[in-house]
Amino acid sequence: MSAMLETPPRLQLDRVSKLFGGVHALTDLSLQVAPRQIVGVIGPNGAGKTTTFNVITGAYRASSGAVMLDGKAVTDEPSHRIARAGIMRTFQNIRLFADMTVWEHLLVAQPHTGSALQRLLPTRLANPSAIARAQEVLEFFELGDVRNRLARSLPYGLQRKVEMARAVTARPKLLLLDEPVAGMNHDEAETIRNLMLKLRDDGLSILLIEHDMAFVMNLCDNLYVLDFGVLIAQGRPDEIRVNPAVLDAYLGQAD
Amino acid sequence: MTMSMYYAGIFADVGILLLGALSVYIILSTGQLSLGNAGFMGIGAYLTSWLTVMVGLPLTPSLLIAAIVAGIIGVVVGFPALRLKGIYLAMATLGFGEMVRSFFLNFSAMGGPEGFHGMQHVSTGTIWIWAILVLVLVMVLETSQIWLEIRAVRDDETAAGLVGLNATSIKVGAFGFGAAVAAIAGGLFAHHHVYIEPGNFSFERSIDFVLAVILGGSTVAPGALAGAVILVVLPEYLRFLADWRFAAFGALLIGMLVVRRQGLLDRALLRLALPSSPA
Repeated sequence: MSAMLETPPRLQLDRVSKLFGGVHALTDLSLQVAPRQIVGVIGPNGAGKTTTFNVITGAYRASSGAVMLDGKAVTDEPSHRIARAGIMRTFQNIRLFADMTVWEHLLVAQPHTGSALQRLLPTRLANPSAIARAQEVLEFFELGDVRNRLARSLPYGLQRKVEMARAVTARPKLLLLDEPVAGMNHDEAETIRNLMLKLRDDGLSILLIEHDMAFVMNLCDNLYVLDFGVLIAQGRPDEIRVNPAVLDAYLGQAD
Repeated sequence: MTMSMYYAGIFADVGILLLGALSVYIILSTGQLSLGNAGFMGIGAYLTSWLTVMVGLPLTPSLLIAAIVAGIIGVVVGFPALRLKGIYLAMATLGFGEMVRSFFLNFSAMGGPEGFHGMQHVSTGTIWIWAILVLVLVMVLETSQIWLEIRAVRDDETAAGLVGLNATSIKVGAFGFGAAVAAIAGGLFAHHHVYIEPGNFSFERSIDFVLAVILGGSTVAPGALAGAVILVVLPEYLRFLADWRFAAFGALLIGMLVVRRQGLLDRALLRLALPSSPA
């Protein structure tokens, strides 16, 4: 309790920049996500939101600055190490594995479960903890009915759910969601919202990119607003709603 | 007598081809096409023969040692080679295979162009014991976590990395495993024919391995078995076409790729045959 200042944030970006050729995709971005917080990154198209995700997950290497998970730098680590350290993500364009069932997606996302021998033997016999975890996630996301369906053959909304389930299976510390309700109807979006709140209550931190302003405003503890790769505002949703710079750069635009 | 010997010969060819096809299948499962597996087969053939003839070891340990050595060579070759993708990797492995062949051509300690002999003959049965063992091993592996990871890497390497899978080690590991299986095929080939020469391990043989996988089914291990049978037996049945049989065979191959890209067997077909789907 007294160590409030000493507890490092779950995720911290310290003056992160990303250049492509000479183009500044991201300039000196600093950002924090506390444990059990849902934080949103918003901004117009091309503002650098997905670039931010790509830098955090190691898909891109930051040109400068540091990314820290629980106070430990993960900058420049390869992406599979960052994932294993506890950062998982979903994609704006859903990226599920072709030719794999929903169930297989939940098993494959547990590369840390079991010894080398357990991972070489039939999962059904040798790796009960992986099975148990997959079952738990299957029930949490209410995907039991489509367990043995090929994930890519499912309706769009369910595919998003499967992708989120895959990301959660390995018990990450931080979940990055890239437009989790894009293209969804109100009911589907509401389901996702409730799942996110439950995950947050279970101790997960969530950073999300979203275009649906109503969705973000009602869900996030904190917002960061990007424009042309530069942070133009940050704060609680009610502060952002009335921030003149934000209104000018983003909300003022046709969207 | 001659007839049964003829069939035993064909049957031995199928067994060797099955092992070779499995060696390609294992590597292909990670999305990498190797056109150089006859090279690993050659390494296995020469090394096993050296161990049995010159060192005096029994066949089984010789095969295992050759498999391990070829596996290590596979990993060493795999690391730089797997930085290449698609057609470039295929070309690099092709180069490796030809490199091995010309190495043995110049390696006079093992006969060079004269070839090498003195091995104890092994029966078709021995070949098939090994072939079935390796096939079953791969089929068991296909129900494991590792194989799911292999499939994930083939589907989407980036997404695989982002769920925590180390795509490089999975690909290199598969390359080493495939090389080891090819070496076993080579060792058995050498001891069945009791004579080897560098020409046995040419580019054409690498292509045969790939063809067997493509025809039989490139997404399930039993596809290698189906492909090996088709590739050896079908040309025999097409003998009535005389000189046209290879043309007919080529047409069949093209037809298969057009109507059924995944090859004869796939997961859906096997599920029909074995209704209880594995977890």
